[in-house]
Amino acid sequence: MALSQKTKETLLGPLNTNNPIVVQVLGICSALAVTVQLKPALVMSISVTIIVALANVIVSLIRNTIPMRIRIIVQLVVVAALVTLVSEVLKAFAYDVAMQLSVYIGLIITNCILMGRLEAFAMTNKVWDSFLDGLGNGLGYSIILVVVAFVRELFGSGTLFGIRIIPESWYVANGGFYENCGLMVMPAMALILVACVIWFHRSINKESK
Amino acid sequence: MKKLDTNSNVYTIIYATIIVVIVAVLLAVVNQVLSERQEFNKKLDVQKQILTSLNIEYTAENAGDLYKQYVQEDSTDNGLPLFVATVDGAKKYVLRLRGRGLWGAIWGYIALNDDKNTIFGINFGHESETPGLGGDIVTAKFREQFKGKKIKNANNDVLSVAVLKTGTLAPNGQEQVDALAGATITSTGVNDMLLSSLIEYTEFLQEVDEATYEEAQVIKIIERENNETN
Repeated sequence: MALSQKTKETLLGPLNTNNPIVVQVLGICSALAVTVQLKPALVMSISVTIIVALANVIVSLIRNTIPMRIRIIVQLVVVAALVTLVSEVLKAFAYDVAMQLSVYIGLIITNCILMGRLEAFAMTNKVWDSFLDGLGNGLGYSIILVVVAFVRELFGSGTLFGIRIIPESWYVANGGFYENCGLMVMPAMALILVACVIWFHRSINKESK
Repeated sequence: MKKLDTNSNVYTIIYATIIVVIVAVLLAVVNQVLSERQEFNKKLDVQKQILTSLNIEYTAENAGDLYKQYVQEDSTDNGLPLFVATVDGAKKYVLRLRGRGLWGAIWGYIALNDDKNTIFGINFGHESETPGLGGDIVTAKFREQFKGKKIKNANNDVLSVAVLKTGTLAPNGQEQVDALAGATITSTGVNDMLLSSLIEYTEFLQEVDEATYEEAQVIKIIERENNETN
């Protein structure tokens, strides 16, 4: 399927030049909280992508009927309903992950990316464009989450998706030379890593500023 | 047709009402449909934790069956959950633990031999302890330390097992295990959880079968004599 220039921009922009985390600097809090390991980060990414895309579609569908004065509340109700749905589904079909993500699933409601996209895009654009915008922003968020979680799990725990990458025998406890980086599992390190990603991103995208 | 005034008060109120009703009905239906599965998951999770405390290995598929096979009784004692299991022909009691770690709740199940004193196995869970530090309370390495420890003294007082930094001595002469390095607050949390949860079961723990108690006393005397002769 050939995409028009505008469609491409809507879908792919948030992956790079208009990334929600590194350019718009939205949704940082959850990026810090769920990126200690890859698995919860991935589930969080998928959840946020689905929710932001669907919320965009729903709000775009009803955008002309929403009374201006209560538009934020209506958006919030839509997001809250979707988040509750996702949380219920996870509890029924992926209980372990739901427990691991605990409060953060519920806190997707407060993820600034959602309200940001609804207010800035879905309220004024057509359904299909809004869907692409939601999808793009969800994926843009996911990329950063996965990159940060990859680094944090590998150097913080020596594993990826819970599978051991750095051999047990390397550890000091077993007579080796290696020690996990304790700082990696602390929330502060996520912030530093996000900052590094932003730094890297800006230095290769100089001309777009 | 005249265009609807979407900013009038009446429209706003009706709109809000309709949206809320739709969402409420939707969520109620989904909750009803999924609640059975969620309850099942919740129960299975507890069953898995109890199996771990009884040192029984399981897979996601056979956990439910293993639980049925080993755990005979699922009752309460003064409103506290109490499970009775049989492992290799010996009776075990499983008690629930609840406490607070550094960032959130911690919990667990402790399996005792039928003397209601010796720890057979233990399992911990936590909501959000730091992975690699406090989160390590769930590891076998930490849990293994508890096996065989006694939670009561010779006078049948419930003292629990102290979780202490290597080198420090337990204040009341109770048995102790090593705390996790770099996770002082979580370790203290485990220590406090064990004490407060076991104290809740005091009545049950102190009510020991006479025969078992006397047997324990005899063993103690023999041990003492052996020590003296050595």
